[in-house]
Amino acid sequence: MAHRHEVIVVGAGGAGLATALYAAREGADVAVVSKLYPTRSHTGAAQGGIGAALGNVEEDHWEWHMFDTIKGGDYLTDQDAAEVFAKEVIEAVLELEHMGLPFDRLPNGRIAQRRFGGHTKDWGKAPVHRAAHAADRTGHMILQTLYQQCVKHNITFYNEFHVTDVIVEDGVAKGLVAYELATGELHLFQAKAIVIASGGFGRIYKVTSNAYTLTGDLQAILYRKGLPLEDMEFYQFHPTGLYPLGILLTEGARGEGGILRNALGERFMERYAPTIKDLAPRDMVSRAMYLEVREGRGVGPKKDHVLLDLTHLPPEVIEKKLPDITEFSRIYLGVDPLKEPVPVMPTAHYAMGGIPTTLWGQVIKDEKNTAVPGLYAAGEAACVSLHGANRLGTNSLGDLVVFGRRAGIHAARFARDADYHELTEAHLGESRERIERIKASTGKEKVAVLRAELQQTMMDNASVFRTGELLAKQVEILKELMDRYRHISIEDKGEVYNTELVEALELGYLLEVAEALVHSALNRTESRGAHAREDYPERDDQNWLKHTLAYKVADGKVAFRYKPVVLGRFEPKARTY
Amino acid sequence: MQVTLKILRFDPAKHEKPTWQTYQVEAEPWDRVLDLLHKVKADQDGTLAFRRSCGHGICGSDAMLINGRNRLACKTLVKDLGSLITVEPIRGLPVEKDLVVDMEPFFVAYRAVKPYLINDEPPPARERLQSPEERERFDHGTKCILCASCTTSCPVFWVNGTYLGPAAIVQAHRFIFDSRDRGKRERFKALGSGSGVWRCRTAYNCTEACPREIPVTQLIEEVKRAILFDRF
Repeated sequence: MAHRHEVIVVGAGGAGLATALYAAREGADVAVVSKLYPTRSHTGAAQGGIGAALGNVEEDHWEWHMFDTIKGGDYLTDQDAAEVFAKEVIEAVLELEHMGLPFDRLPNGRIAQRRFGGHTKDWGKAPVHRAAHAADRTGHMILQTLYQQCVKHNITFYNEFHVTDVIVEDGVAKGLVAYELATGELHLFQAKAIVIASGGFGRIYKVTSNAYTLTGDLQAILYRKGLPLEDMEFYQFHPTGLYPLGILLTEGARGEGGILRNALGERFMERYAPTIKDLAPRDMVSRAMYLEVREGRGVGPKKDHVLLDLTHLPPEVIEKKLPDITEFSRIYLGVDPLKEPVPVMPTAHYAMGGIPTTLWGQVIKDEKNTAVPGLYAAGEAACVSLHGANRLGTNSLGDLVVFGRRAGIHAARFARDADYHELTEAHLGESRERIERIKASTGKEKVAVLRAELQQTMMDNASVFRTGELLAKQVEILKELMDRYRHISIEDKGEVYNTELVEALELGYLLEVAEALVHSALNRTESRGAHAREDYPERDDQNWLKHTLAYKVADGKVAFRYKPVVLGRFEPKARTY
Repeated sequence: MQVTLKILRFDPAKHEKPTWQTYQVEAEPWDRVLDLLHKVKADQDGTLAFRRSCGHGICGSDAMLINGRNRLACKTLVKDLGSLITVEPIRGLPVEKDLVVDMEPFFVAYRAVKPYLINDEPPPARERLQSPEERERFDHGTKCILCASCTTSCPVFWVNGTYLGPAAIVQAHRFIFDSRDRGKRERFKALGSGSGVWRCRTAYNCTEACPREIPVTQLIEEVKRAILFDRF
C-alpha cells in the first residue's frame, strides 16, 4: 500500500511527537510512523526532570546552563548547539506548561525545580536547582502531553509499523518503506521531508535502562546506506541502575540528597568530586563506582555493586518526589528505600552519538556539513552535537523538545516548497528480499543466542572502561557474529504479528550500531567524557578535539572522517568538580 | 524452580478459536512473567506473540490476564504467583494473535473525551500559576499509562464495547480537575452521554486492576458528581 504525507516522522517518542506537533503547527500535513503505540516509547521512562534556567528556586542563567553542558560534555559539545539549547529550552519548558504538562509546583505556583548531576551555579561552584520535574515521571508526562497535543491537532499515526528502509536517491530523501506488524504487509511512504526520531540503542548491552525495543534501527539503516554516524564511541552509562536488572533510578534521587556508599559505608564520591560529590556528571560517577568495586569495596556476596542511600531523607520526600523508583526497588528487589539502601550499578543508558545534524535537524553526510535534502533527525537518534562526550542529566528531555521543535519547523518549511518524488513498487524490493531471506532461511543460528552473545561481549569489552586490546577483540567478535547472523532462522513464517521476524531484523541493526561504536572507540586514542581508555588515560585536545564520523565501507570495515568541534566563548579546560 | 506456564494461543491463520498451550519453564522466584514469556519465545516456541517495551511498568505494553487478573507481565513476579501460571489476553478487545489485542477501540474512547488541555486564553509570558494543592487535585490521573488494564477488566465494557470505559474517564478527570483547563463542558457531552460515566456500575474491577494504583472507581465517581453539580 502507498501513502503520502508532506512530513513523515519516524518514531513516536518525545522527539518524534515534538517534531510532528511543531511541523503541524507550521501547516504541514504530518504523519508519524512508529513500531510501537505512541505512548509506549521510551521517553516515558525518563524520570528526573528537564533542565532549564527558569530560576524559580534560586538565581540561574542560561549562560550557566550552557557552560555546564559544554564542561559536562568534556568540551566535545558544539558551543553553538549548547547556546541555542540553553536559551530555547527555557521557552520550550514554558510551552510544555502551556500545553498542560503537570509540573510539580512551588508554594508560589511556579514550576518546581531540583538539583541534578553536573548542573551548577556560578560556573561550577555548587549544585543548582535547575531540573523542572513532575514527581519522578517527568518523561512520562512529557510523552503524554505531546501525544495529547498531537491528538488535538489530528496528526495521522501509523502505529506498529516497523520502518525497514529509508529511500535516499540522487542525494535526496524521497520516502520510506515500513512493515505493518498486524498484517505483514509492506507499505511505501512518499514524503517531502522525513524526520528520524527513533531513539537510541541501549540493547547492544546486557545491562541497560533501555526498552527492549531500543535497537538503533534507523541509525543502522542510514549507516548501511553509506551515511555517517557521529561520535558513536561516546555511550553513557547511568550510575544508578537497579542492581542487577539495570532499571533506572533517577539522578533526582541524589538531587534530593541521596548518597552513594561502598561496602565500608563510605561516601566515596568525596574522593572523586570534592565540590559536588554525588552530583558529579554521570561518566565520573560511573567510573568511580567501577573503581570502588575493582578495589574490593563493592557490596554483596560478589562485591560487585554499591549502594544508594536514601534512608536519611524525610519519608515524605521519598514518597512524594520519588514514588516510582521507590516502587521499583520494592517490587523488583524487595528493598524498601525508606528503611535500607538500594543496590545499584551503572546501566547502559544513552547514546551521545548518532545521526549527525545541523542546528535545524538537517542530516549531514560529511565533515563540511553538507545536508541531505529532505532528511532530518532529532532526539537520541541524532547527534547535534549538544551532549559532546557526556550528556548531563535532564538534557535529553530538553534536547528532544528544543531540537524536535527546530526539526519540525524546518522540515515543514522545506516541504512547503518541495515536490514529491516518484516512487515505485521496486522500492519495496530490498526490504521484501531481506524479510523473505530471513523467513526462508534454514540456518541453525538463533536470534536470542546471538543477541545474548552480543550484549554480554559488549559489556565485557566496550563499556565503562576500555582498552585497545579489548576493543580489538570485540571487533573480531562482531565480525563473527555478523557472519553467523547470515545463518539465523525463525520458526514463525506467518504474516500476522510476526514479532520473531521483527526481533531478527532488530538484531541486524544492533550488530551494525555496535560495529560503528566499537570501531570508533578503538580509533579514538584518548579518554574524554564517557569514553575512558585505560591505555590512553588523558584527554588529548591536540589530536582529538574533533568529532568522529564513522562510515561503513563493508561488513567489519569502517572508514573515518573528522569534523572540528565548534568552539566559542568557553576555552577547553581540565574538567574537575 | 520449575514453572508450568499455560498460555492461551490464537493465530487467525491456524486456529478457529483460542487454544491453551502448556510450557515447562525453569524460573527464579524473582523472575518477571515477562522473563518467562521471553524464555518460551527464545527456547521453545518462536511463534508466540506478545507486546512489551520498557519492561518495568512504565509503557503499558504488556497488560495481560495473569492467573485471572489483569496485570503487567513486567511487574508481576513468579514468587507472587506460584508454580502454575496462566496467561491470557486482556478481555473485551479483539484478539489479533496470542496475547496481542487490537487497541484501536480503546483509543477511540480516549480521543472522545478530548484528552488535552483546553484553554484558549492567551498564555502568560511565564508559566500559568498553579498551587501545589491545585496540582495535587488531579495527580492520580497523570499516572495513567494507557495500558487498558482497567477498561478491559470492566464487566460493563465486556458487555457493551461502546462504553467509554474507565481509562478514558480517568483521562477526562485529569483535565476536568486541572485548574488551568476550561474545557469541561465539552468533555461532559461525551461523558454524560449514553456511553459515558452513567454506565459505570461501581464494580471496582478497574481499581483492582490498575497497575499504577490509581483509585479509578473513585475518580469515576468524582466525574459523575462534577457533571451533576454542573447541571444544577
